Amino acid sequence: MPEEFKPGCARPTGGPAGEKPLQKEIPSETRPKETSAMIKVGRKAPDFSAPAFFNGKFVNINLSEYLGKWVVLCFYPGDFTFV
Amino acid sequence: MSIDSVFVHKMWNDHELSKMVAGGVPFPMLSDAGGKVGTIYGIYDEEAGVETRGRFIIDPDGIVQGFEVLTPPVGRNVSESLRQIQAFQLVRNSKGTEATPSGWKPGKMTLKPGIDLVGKVWEVWKTEMAFD
Repeated sequence: MPEEFKPGCARPTGGPAGEKPLQKEIPSETRPKETSAMIKVGRKAPDFSAPAFFNGKFVNINLSEYLGKWVVLCFYPGDFTFV
Repeated sequence: MSIDSVFVHKMWNDHELSKMVAGGVPFPMLSDAGGKVGTIYGIYDEEAGVETRGRFIIDPDGIVQGFEVLTPPVGRNVSESLRQIQAFQLVRNSKGTEATPSGWKPGKMTLKPGIDLVGKVWEVWKTEMAFD
């Protein structure tokens, strides 16, 4: 029987089940850099392009289109989450 | 911006958010599948596969003036974000000649940093002013 779960504020997600797949040990020099340094205040915001839903249409938005305007960029865990 | 697709954004806007805000969400709902943008902004939680509550204020030159990041269960304070934007705008318009002390909000006094103010902030700014 599938087990019922209580939805919380994080987006419900899954992953590989059972035995963990063997992971190849990557020598540290060649390991990709962990998330590059956190954003710094007073520095340029990294530009990006992303699809969006806006005014009833699907559009592509580049952050650089907003140069000359104040921008509030908000991230959140997921649509239909509670907070 | 979240990792949801634009299709899910549309459904959320049309079926729930438009019932909270007349006319629906007035700004672009961005999709970041895989958290690629969230990763460069340092707020993507790889383990949970979602973005945390990161909020960035970016000025007209594309410079990050401030950010705040919260874990998922705690919501943000929109008034505080607006207050910060008003403060950054005031500083920008003054070309850096004015600064907004702790607790500043529109209408409250600003500080004019300079040699005459060194050691004299206590005369013009009182701790009660840090609070509403």
